[in-house]
Amino acid sequence: MINLSVLLIIPLVTAIAVMLSRNASQVRWTALWGAIIQLGYSSVMMYEYITQRAAGNTSQMLFESRYSWFSGLNIEYYVGVDGISIAMIMLTAVVVLTGILISWNVTKLTKEFFFLIVLLSLGAYGFFISLDLFTMFFFLEVAVIPKFLLIGIWGSGKKEYSAMKLALMLMGGSALVLIGLLCLYFNTDTGGGAHTFDLLKIAHMHIPIEAQRFIFPLMFVGFGVFTAIFPFHTWAPDGHSSAPTAASMFLAGISMKLGGYGCLRVAAYLMPEAAHQYSWIIILLSTIAIIYGAFATLMQTDLKYINAYSSVSHCGFVLFGIGMLTKTALTGAVMQMVSHGLMTALFFAAIGMIYERTHTRQITQLGGLLKTIPFIITVFVLAGLCSLGLPGLSGFVAEMTVFMGAWQNPDAFYRIATVLACASIVVTAVYILRAVGSSVMGPIKNEAFRNFGDATWNEKLASVTLIICIFAIGIAPFWLFNLVSPDTQLIMDNIARGIAGK
Amino acid sequence: MNIDYLLIMKSELILTAIIFFLLFLKVWDGIKSNATLLHLTNFLLFINLIAGFFFNTDGELFNGMFHTNSTLFLEKSILNFGTFIISMQAFDWLEDHNHLLEFYILLLCTLLGMDFMISSGNFLMFYLGLELSTIPLAALCNYDLHKIKSSESAVKLILSSAFASCILLFGISMLYGTTGTLNFKEMAPLIGSGKLQILAFIFTFTGFAFKLSAVPFHLWTADVYEGAPVPVTAYLSVISKGSIVFIFITVLFQLFHNYDTTWYNMLYLTILLTITIGNLFAIRQDNIKRFLAFSSIAQVGYILLGISSGTPMGASSAIFFLIVYTFSNLGAFGVISLVSAKTGKENISDYKGFYTNNKFASWVMAISLFSLGGIPPTAGFFGKMFLVTAGAAKGNYWLISIAVMNMVISLFYYLRVVKAIFIDENEKPIAKLTGSMSMRIALVICIIGAVSVGFASGLFEYIGTITK
Repeated sequence: MINLSVLLIIPLVTAIAVMLSRNASQVRWTALWGAIIQLGYSSVMMYEYITQRAAGNTSQMLFESRYSWFSGLNIEYYVGVDGISIAMIMLTAVVVLTGILISWNVTKLTKEFFFLIVLLSLGAYGFFISLDLFTMFFFLEVAVIPKFLLIGIWGSGKKEYSAMKLALMLMGGSALVLIGLLCLYFNTDTGGGAHTFDLLKIAHMHIPIEAQRFIFPLMFVGFGVFTAIFPFHTWAPDGHSSAPTAASMFLAGISMKLGGYGCLRVAAYLMPEAAHQYSWIIILLSTIAIIYGAFATLMQTDLKYINAYSSVSHCGFVLFGIGMLTKTALTGAVMQMVSHGLMTALFFAAIGMIYERTHTRQITQLGGLLKTIPFIITVFVLAGLCSLGLPGLSGFVAEMTVFMGAWQNPDAFYRIATVLACASIVVTAVYILRAVGSSVMGPIKNEAFRNFGDATWNEKLASVTLIICIFAIGIAPFWLFNLVSPDTQLIMDNIARGIAGK
Repeated sequence: MNIDYLLIMKSELILTAIIFFLLFLKVWDGIKSNATLLHLTNFLLFINLIAGFFFNTDGELFNGMFHTNSTLFLEKSILNFGTFIISMQAFDWLEDHNHLLEFYILLLCTLLGMDFMISSGNFLMFYLGLELSTIPLAALCNYDLHKIKSSESAVKLILSSAFASCILLFGISMLYGTTGTLNFKEMAPLIGSGKLQILAFIFTFTGFAFKLSAVPFHLWTADVYEGAPVPVTAYLSVISKGSIVFIFITVLFQLFHNYDTTWYNMLYLTILLTITIGNLFAIRQDNIKRFLAFSSIAQVGYILLGISSGTPMGASSAIFFLIVYTFSNLGAFGVISLVSAKTGKENISDYKGFYTNNKFASWVMAISLFSLGGIPPTAGFFGKMFLVTAGAAKGNYWLISIAVMNMVISLFYYLRVVKAIFIDENEKPIAKLTGSMSMRIALVICIIGAVSVGFASGLFEYIGTITK
């Protein structure tokens, strides 16, 4: 039997063990084993979940457990998972594992580094399994401060500025969520004037439309800041590019997904009428993010900035899918979250490996690397191809699903937006191919490049793990699709009920 | 029968006994070693703290002048606990000080005054307690006699609190004039809508706002905090402020509950100003004590936000927050106290690269600041959450929005200090500091409290049941 609290206990124990370790090597192995056990347990959980679903278990959330926490306010520790959360948990487990492998050679304050990484993952796991809004908010904020320290201490470039900007903007986002949350709380009624934070109970209540109109923007923008919604995306490029490799992977791969998941699970699911009324604004903002992100990427010469801006563009697809309010588009949004998480983690890992050797990320100073470090460059090119949506890789599947779903929305405005968003893929191809071409092909720019050693065992392991996942989703997307779509259907049902006026 | 009378005043009697014992020690002059004396006093304060949990008897004395109940015992325990921790943290500072016992005699006198104040059921007793708790504090502020800033701090404290007392007394005299009694219970039903009574309320409120250093009556705070020795600053910002909050809750909820719309509007404005101005000024500070002074002004704003709800939930979340605040603020002050006692440095810029040599103290400082900023998983998050939730029950979301957005501003300046400690480079960082055993124990207690109190839902629910 699966107990979801184990997903929190494993990182917690790992974090404590890391703090108690005596030397750097012990720290690394402890963190790695923690991540492996966590991935193993998550896989068992997914297997169990699929078996139970196949056996005909139709309850909305599985493996539920709840304990009263602050009974005076009806705050509970209430956890449970559905297909969407499982997809996110698996993504987190994979990215954390590879992130730890990639940072194998961190020498400065090793213990603190791995401690903070594990703490970050704890926040993400807690967020994805929570079904109580208070607990969910708690975990959302847990992850902010480790990011600040990770970027500030181990980062590069204008790290202080980026760390502060990121921490403040994310806290600003969660402040908006908090206001929305309190407003929502006092609009719920479980009888006798008592209020609740229980997500599933609220979903079946009818929140007054006036309240929804006030709460929905707060929640959506608040979570949206995490997923770099336009115009609150500015923390993303600076934060991603200043962060150390593992933190970049985590930020883009998981942290941005916290926002997308929150928008879907909290904002759209609990306030369907407002989601319907405001969907045109969501589409407008996300289309701007997609196109603006793509064009801004064209102007970048730093590899990390390229991936950071392209993340803004790709995460735009997540919100775009949610804003379309069709079942296929919602499923596509979830798939895009998973796909982008894997792809961007791989991309940042590859950039990190290159940077560690060349000590520069400027495209103009790179060149001919394919001849000296073929493995790393192959990884880099694959990540790029996935980013531009090459069929057979996960990016194609996810974006295709979003577009298919988007087209199902018959309104002319939404169709125009879909066409524009589709067109941005061409720009993506331009910047990816240009970046890849000029940094890896051609003559060797610098004689020092000849002496580089290719990927070490840990780097190879990390890259191969991510690549396998990307190929698996790309070739057999129905696994992910079937896992997620029953639950997006439920969210869609709620929205349809809201649109119909009841 | 008679023992009951003694037990009702138990906390006060024990404190008085300790004060007299210390006086005898002073006269006897038998113990020469400062360290021994300090350990002895700390032990006595520990006994005092523990005694607060046993044989608690509810009751009234002197025709309702003095009363106790479970809530008051809890509040006294919070004050006792804070004093105990501060005394442990003062070890490094007092170890070489010439006047040791006087410090504790004065300190415990103020604590005694606070106990009387929060237990009072009558304005006379309240005023007596208030003065007993303020006047010795001025002497404590000036405890490092050779420092000019300390004298300035003491004079500012005594003048401003005398002024505040005047205003408060003026309000009280009007209340007496209109109702003919000073007893809270007799007075409460007689308070109606008379113009004079509203005026009286405004004066009383202003007096409290002065003592709480709520904006716009906050101007004395930063200077007093900056000049006073660090343990005294900690005492002022945690214990002194805490006791005023406790009695403020009693006065508002018991005496003026007919005025809840009036005081809600007044609190509304005060909260808005207190939180915003406290935060904005804290950003500009470089002296770490001034910095914490402004941050504590902002914290008072959040406490008032919880109180403004006027519900038992508001009162209980304010008390809960004060427990959290005691742990977190004393954690921060402990580190400052250590650094100040060993190196004399009190600027944020001096803390650059502090992590290089002082790993444990840095984490204590960081976690305390996160707790003050309300970042999970620290207890401060829960404290702030409950205060804001209590405030939101009124349905005034603009006030809540401003308060919550201010949490982001406050995060900026707390992170500035964390950045100095962990991130900034410094060629000559503060060397490795070894605090005394009591200091280390105190820091460990603070850190455990600042992390775990929030998860202890039982404590919050216990406070909820006794404040009903």
